[in-house]
Amino acid sequence: MLDKFGQMFLAIGVLVAVVVVLLLLASLARGRNGDRLRALFFVGPTVLLVAVGLIYPTVLTIIKSFRGPAGTGAFGFDNYVTIFTREALRSSIVNTAIWVLLVPLLAIAIGLLYAIIVDRTPIESFAKTLIFLPMAISMVGASVIWKFVYEYKPTQADQIGLLNQIIKMFGGETRQFLVESPWNNFFLIVVMIWIQAGFAMTVLSAAIKAIPDEIIEAARIDGASGWALFWQITLPSIRASLIMVVTTIAIAALKVFDIVRTMTGGNWDTSVIANDFYSASFTQGQPGLGSALAVLLFVLVAPIIVYNVRQLREAS
Amino acid sequence: MRRITRPIAIAGVAALTLGMAACSGDGDTADPGTDGGAGGDCSAYEAYGDLEGTEVSVYTAIVAPEADPYIESFKAFEECTGATIKYEGDKAFAEQISVRVQGGNAPDIAFVPQPGMVQTLVATGEAVEAPADTVSNVDEFFSEDWKNYGSVDGTLYAAPLGASVKSLVWYSPADFADNGYEVPETWDDMMSLTDQIAQDHGEDGLTKPWCVGFGDGAATGWVGTDWIEDTLLRTAGGDVYDQWVAHEIPFNDPQVVEAFNTAGEILTNDDYVNGGLGDSKTISTTAFPDAGLQILDGTCFLHRQASFYAGMWGEGVEVGPEGDVWAFYLPATNPEEAKPVTGGGDFALAFDDRPEVQAFQTFLASDTWANERARVSTAGGAVSANSGLDTELLANEVDKLSVEMLQDEKAVFRFDGSDLMPSAVGAGSFWTAMVDWVGGASAEDVTKSVEDTWPTS
Amino acid sequence: MTTVVATPDPEAGELTPKGKRKRRRSSPTRQTSSPLMTVVAIIIATVWTVPTLGLLITSFREPMDIRRTGWWTAFSNPEFTIDNYVSAMSTSGGASMLDYFVNSFVITIPSTLFPLTFAALAAYGFSWLKFPGRDWLFIVVFALQIVPLQVALVPLMQLYGDLNLQGTYWTVWISHTIFGLPLAVFMMFNSIRDLPPALVEAATIDGAGPVQIFLRIVLPLATPAIAAYGIFQFLWTWNDLLVSMVFLGGSADVAPLTVYISQLTGSRGGQWYLLSAGAFISIIVPVVVFLLMQRYFVRGLTAGAVK
Repeated sequence: MLDKFGQMFLAIGVLVAVVVVLLLLASLARGRNGDRLRALFFVGPTVLLVAVGLIYPTVLTIIKSFRGPAGTGAFGFDNYVTIFTREALRSSIVNTAIWVLLVPLLAIAIGLLYAIIVDRTPIESFAKTLIFLPMAISMVGASVIWKFVYEYKPTQADQIGLLNQIIKMFGGETRQFLVESPWNNFFLIVVMIWIQAGFAMTVLSAAIKAIPDEIIEAARIDGASGWALFWQITLPSIRASLIMVVTTIAIAALKVFDIVRTMTGGNWDTSVIANDFYSASFTQGQPGLGSALAVLLFVLVAPIIVYNVRQLREAS
Repeated sequence: MRRITRPIAIAGVAALTLGMAACSGDGDTADPGTDGGAGGDCSAYEAYGDLEGTEVSVYTAIVAPEADPYIESFKAFEECTGATIKYEGDKAFAEQISVRVQGGNAPDIAFVPQPGMVQTLVATGEAVEAPADTVSNVDEFFSEDWKNYGSVDGTLYAAPLGASVKSLVWYSPADFADNGYEVPETWDDMMSLTDQIAQDHGEDGLTKPWCVGFGDGAATGWVGTDWIEDTLLRTAGGDVYDQWVAHEIPFNDPQVVEAFNTAGEILTNDDYVNGGLGDSKTISTTAFPDAGLQILDGTCFLHRQASFYAGMWGEGVEVGPEGDVWAFYLPATNPEEAKPVTGGGDFALAFDDRPEVQAFQTFLASDTWANERARVSTAGGAVSANSGLDTELLANEVDKLSVEMLQDEKAVFRFDGSDLMPSAVGAGSFWTAMVDWVGGASAEDVTKSVEDTWPTS
Repeated sequence: MTTVVATPDPEAGELTPKGKRKRRRSSPTRQTSSPLMTVVAIIIATVWTVPTLGLLITSFREPMDIRRTGWWTAFSNPEFTIDNYVSAMSTSGGASMLDYFVNSFVITIPSTLFPLTFAALAAYGFSWLKFPGRDWLFIVVFALQIVPLQVALVPLMQLYGDLNLQGTYWTVWISHTIFGLPLAVFMMFNSIRDLPPALVEAATIDGAGPVQIFLRIVLPLATPAIAAYGIFQFLWTWNDLLVSMVFLGGSADVAPLTVYISQLTGSRGGQWYLLSAGAFISIIVPVVVFLLMQRYFVRGLTAGAVK
């Protein structure tokens, strides 16, 4: 055990040494082009790491996507034809679009609303912990948690799913929430929102607290209140944070597959592109097709990036 | 050249089942104090030579508690040869093994649960052929069929390890006795029993003859493929089954559709399924480990599931002919002619040819290991197609029943078909088809959808 | 709006354009906090907490009860047991749960510190240094968030093989760093970019070079953001199963707690109810870390994001 911690401290020591060397080198940079040289030491390590660990694999993935279902054949567009002609995969594309639209929208709406309401109340810290909690739960735990929410039993049997128990209490017929399409997609999305709202709340709450009171006071004097205050002051003031949260959650929603995989396995028209990517690559022996699906994800993220680029331009 | 003759091996195992504690004192390193070891009798292991200081890594899909008997069964080998077996179980084995092999981090030996996966892994070029000693063990103890499952283009790569029998129906002997029901001998008997149960108990709308669960996360549907394979082997016979698996007839051949419809008389009939769980549509949302438990509640009478289900009943439930639950052979249509049995198995594929790896491979294919495992697997799971297995040593009732079924003269054994099909079908569209089918789609439609996804090359 | 200078830290004395007295007196939300809003908050908090509460109660119930009746019946018919926790913590194969806890810490702490450090350096470079292609490079780095880490596993494993790192903790530390960097840079850039330029200019006039500015001004002001990102990265690596399973494997001398918990259910998932206890054992550390770090959240992450 001591040996393991020894390794850990050694690693931290190496990190400190690397940073000291980088900063020393950066401080030696002089002259008109000093910034260029310094950038090498500040930005260099990150660029090197992602180039090796992410960009290189991405290039390999793109190449593989053009080389047949197995990813080793002759160059061609077979995999892309498959994606757009196989009905099950088309439905995944539609579902992915629903996820990317709904998850950021609702997670942020709820996180923001909650952050505003509990802001500066005596129980703020406790109240925020409740919403944050799902973020700290691993996916295996979350899958059991939601099993006890959505589980179906016939109406006359004892229920173990909370939602059906509520329906039964009001005299309704119990339902198979995860089977009935298209609503089952919504019930899966709820799980993602449950996890991500804590992230949105935390970030946005911090942004709200950073709004200088002078602005609020000035607006009040001008007669703004309630919704007007929210739309005209709060929202514009936290815009940068909002964009970051939208971007982060939208990308997370594009990539999500563990929720779908553990809860429905992608059945009943609930699959998403990331789940199909995973199945094709790792369980169905079609890494080429899997790569094409990954490339589709790269393409779908483009609008989000373009939006960020424009925001970046405006800001500077 | 080593050669374990069966009498010696059996004698060795018999000696230790008698609780022989005396150390043979021939200078081996075994510690008499460690439990479950060879007890010092290393005669069966001499042929493997001195492997002191070596290590063999084993990577499998089997985790605790099922992994414990495996680890236990390697102890004698470790003590007698001096080698260390580094066992690693991973539930995501199926997904991780190819990543490890491609990434240049393959284990010495992988326990591959599907012949189809053996083919895929051999195709990577990283796997090594089975050594001559292993081949001779396989020739001696296993049938030609089992040898073929582990071979690629006629060359043996992976020796068979264990086997499981899938053609079992679980029931409560007490409930049967209370209602005067008999264990059915033919498929028709089983269907009339099903109808009888539905008439006797169906009035509450909850109790049904059968309970079925396809649910297993991303693998949802595999239980259904087992149903279809068992049915097809009964309605169409072994030859058609083989042609279907090899895709010599289309997946949606009329005989296959007929098998769907025969199974569908149970699976898509809301009067017959899903006991305690609802209608036919609930089959695919019910987690398979939970499905059979309705028998304990009395809302279900019959549950078709493999021998491993013995471990799912939970603490305090006795499994055995006189116990709370027991299993019968899923009847044949005409048992006088043939008794079809479907099952699965796993295979030891090596990625290295160091002497200790080859020695361990050979050990795994021997009767010594099959018997050692039988002895330590009190919770079951020690079934093997190894003809050197002494059934008397099996510590578990279900294992005994399974081996009896395998060794029946009229037994027509076939390997789980979906495990032999390309994984795009066997671990993909076939599963999905089962889910769609119990969801209301027609047998014609779902079989056609599978046929359409069969890889062309 | 543009004239307002953001305040990441009240301690920054004269830069704070507002007094604490004022902060307490008024709130941007005071006007919207009606009884209706309070009800909404209670509903959200309930909906978010009840599923987890259900699991907590479940974890103290008998396996058969878990499968047969809803967890809420435990209120009318209280019968609790700690058997699930005992089973979940009982040792198997000679390895104790403590080993896995230790492994989790050994994996998680460097995997959090590495990306934090490199991302702080990079975020400063991207926001305050001038070099050609800066904006495009930044966009590429943050866009890499979309790459599913599964595509990187095989190439990275081959690389570790070439470097002789296979089986060491370095594989997971480096992998987590790489996978965490795009988001880390993105989040920290948002915070560091918006630090008041006046501050940097003043320091430059005093003769401080960019390295001194980074160490003495940017880092202290960005501490809340760094600490806040730190807890997210801590959560993600603490809960990671895939990366450690691929690079380290499942043996007790290296594998983290998540591996242990995922294997509680048995090879075929028959004992899934043990996950209820397992989930709560695993959640303790992240919650403690969150509670300890919560004061940073209050003005972390985006403090200074206001323009």
